[in-house]
This record gives sequence, C-alpha cells and structure tokens, in this order.
Amino acid sequence: MAIKSTPRVRVPAQAKSGEIVEIKTLISHEMESGQRKDASGKSVPRDIINTFQASFNGKPFFTAEWFPSISANPFQSFFYKAKESGAFTFSWKDDQGGEQTATAKLTVA
Amino acid sequence: AVLAPRLSRATEAQVADEMKALFGGKTMGEGKIKLDLPEIAENGLVVPINIDVESPMSETDFVRSVHVFADGNPLPQVVTYHFTPESGKASASTRMRLAQTQNVIAVAEMSSGALYSAKAQVKVTIGGCGG
Repeated sequence: MAIKSTPRVRVPAQAKSGEIVEIKTLISHEMESGQRKDASGKSVPRDIINTFQASFNGKPFFTAEWFPSISANPFQSFFYKAKESGAFTFSWKDDQGGEQTATAKLTVA
Repeated sequence: AVLAPRLSRATEAQVADEMKALFGGKTMGEGKIKLDLPEIAENGLVVPINIDVESPMSETDFVRSVHVFADGNPLPQVVTYHFTPESGKASASTRMRLAQTQNVIAVAEMSSGALYSAKAQVKVTIGGCGG
C-alpha cells in the first residue's frame, strides 16, 4: 500500500533557545504485520512503515525503526532541543518503497 | 476449553538469543530506564508505551539507541529508536500490538557503549496480532 494519507504533526510554533519541545506525529497506515491469513487461508504479505525519521534544517536527530508489532496508524512522539529557527522535516518510509513527508516551522526567540 | 494458538509465539529464550545477537551478551545495568506501560491492556491492538531514559544528552554523554522487545509476540522486535544530543531527552511514546500477556523489555545503549535494561509485564485481555 502506498502511503496515501496526509500525516498529522503537532509541533510548537515557537520555543526559547535551549527549550526541549515535544513533537507528536500520526499517520494512517494498515501496518499489515505479515502474520495474518485471509479468508482463504493465504498469508497476507507484510506491508508496514519501517522507518520514521525527523530532521531539523536537514540534519536527522531522531529515527525510529518500526517492526510489525507497531499498531496500525502509527503514533510517535519524541523531543527536540531548540537552538535556532528553522524547519523540521519528517519522513515515513514503507516496505513498498513509498515515502510520505511533512514539514513544520519552528521559530526560536 | 483451551483454544489452540493460531500463531507461533516467540519464547523468552528466543528473545534472549536475539538480544545476545544484537548486544553480544554484554552485561546490562539496571535503572536509568523508565518504562511506562499499562498493567492491564484491554485491547492488545493498541497498547501505549512510553520510554524515558535518564541521560544528560550532551555531545559526549547521550543515549544512542533504545530497543524494545515483546517476548510473547510472533515477532518480538517492536521498535528501535536512535537518539542524538539534539533530541534533548531520550524519551519517546508509541502504540504497539501485544498478542497475549507478556513481558516488554527495553534496552538502552549509551554513547559510552554501556547497556541498561528494564522489563515490565502487561496483562492482555484481547490479543492484538491478527487474532
């Protein structure tokens, strides 16, 4: 399954220098574990988002490798220590080579 | 009546083997990791997990990665996080599937190479792996 849905990301718009901000992300995806069988008894092939990465001004600072035990519509929260103004890039990659990205701006006062 | 399990489950020994392959049988310290899990999960399809590892997260002393295992799932690996000093704190939350009542184990790898682990049991009312 290509990643069709638009991810949802919650990031504060502003932070003080040195402040640790929380980032919350959510994306719609079946996260087909590869463990299920369909009605005819055939295995349903695995299809999950296997990598989530967060970068700030192009530099990755947080990566999550997800396995089939991660729930459908994966939620992920994590932190970032604000230093300067810039933009976050978030990327989700699935088993089919599909990728979805989202961006968010952060202003550091 | 006892229902026959539909899926193969990992066993605690298999998880121990897998961890040995990943971490080379190094000794793991206790403490440092705060593992937040429900004691009882009514729905094994969506079990919230929060991990918080104590660390200054400086350039020279930070948490490099955290691995999470569920020893009663068909595939015990749940998630691996990679942190950097820019993370500010080694903390993350997600939601996972648990097939049955089992232990969830987190292993944190520090920038020094030191390992710490924490374990918690979750009682699962309705299994969450295609059941």
